Amino acid sequence: MLAAIAALLVCQLIGEAAVRAVDLPFPGPVVGMILLFVLMLARAPLPAALGNTADGLLQHLSLFVPAGVGVVQHLELLSGAGLRLMAVVVLTTLITLAVTALVFAALARLLHADALAAGKPESGERP
Amino acid sequence: MTNFVNLWVYLSGSPLLWLTTTLLAYLAADAISAACGRHPLANPVLIAVTFVSIVVVASGTSFPAYFAGAQFVHFLLGPATVALAVPLVRHLPQVRRALVPMLVALVAGSATAIACAIWLARAFGLDRAEILALAPKSATAAIAMGIAEKMGGDPALTAVLTILTGITGAIIVTPLMNALRLRNYAARGFAAGLTSHGIGTARAFQVDPLAGTFAGIALGLNGLLTALLVPLLLPWLLN
Repeated sequence: MLAAIAALLVCQLIGEAAVRAVDLPFPGPVVGMILLFVLMLARAPLPAALGNTADGLLQHLSLFVPAGVGVVQHLELLSGAGLRLMAVVVLTTLITLAVTALVFAALARLLHADALAAGKPESGERP
Repeated sequence: MTNFVNLWVYLSGSPLLWLTTTLLAYLAADAISAACGRHPLANPVLIAVTFVSIVVVASGTSFPAYFAGAQFVHFLLGPATVALAVPLVRHLPQVRRALVPMLVALVAGSATAIACAIWLARAFGLDRAEILALAPKSATAAIAMGIAEKMGGDPALTAVLTILTGITGAIIVTPLMNALRLRNYAARGFAAGLTSHGIGTARAFQVDPLAGTFAGIALGLNGLLTALLVPLLLPWLLN
């Protein structure tokens, strides 16, 4: 567990350093993710608990709470045009979700690539 | 009373209080979400943010004082992003097979997010500063703020709109995909991560591991593409 967290932090640290050294338009953790991906593909010796630790972290929506509280503190930025800004946010989100998913699914069906991607038996709606 | 004041002076100066409040609020929110059968509207982030905000505002605490404690949770977003490599390697065969649909959906979705935001903002009569803050809002917050700042927009407003886009997407993605009768969980996850970055990705992981994997890929790729597309599309769509 500790070794797994250390491995994640080392990747993030190298990512942050690389972003600053080469002035990449990416956040450091994204570069860290690419680094870990390459290490795993190269079968580098990584801590055994990495899988479980990653699953644990990725299940945690709680990580977004502080940023969300920050938004509440800045809601005055939305005053005035707030309703119109919110309308743009909701409509754009709706349209982008639909366009992205429909294009992906249509092409997957066209290329017969959805057999694996659809994965599990179609057991009705999930939550 | 003096005891209470002393206790408050101690607690408000240490990260312990707000770290604990954040975690307890999330646990309570998660229990409510579970009790509602994980209904999309009972979004645990939204509920926890509401709880914490009430406590922070009612106690007259400033946001920096709150964040001094909550930063320990916030910090874990970094290692969690790195951890996205694990499901990516685990699902590599599915990812390889879906390479073409993924890349086409990436370009279509990214351009839609930017163009729609600009067109709708103009149609609603919003000003240039607001359009600049809206354009990159599907990218992850760090990238979106960087883009807006470079184009002369307000990074704080961009952060607010980006996180609102995240929460909105996390709430509507499941009912929307069910209404569209889309059963391809790779496509559903990819859309969630592209549109609603980290918050959409976390939602996708709640629903299905494969959806979460594709959401994580979309989060990374759309961050990059938005940084490239906004400066290209903005001058063209603003005139």
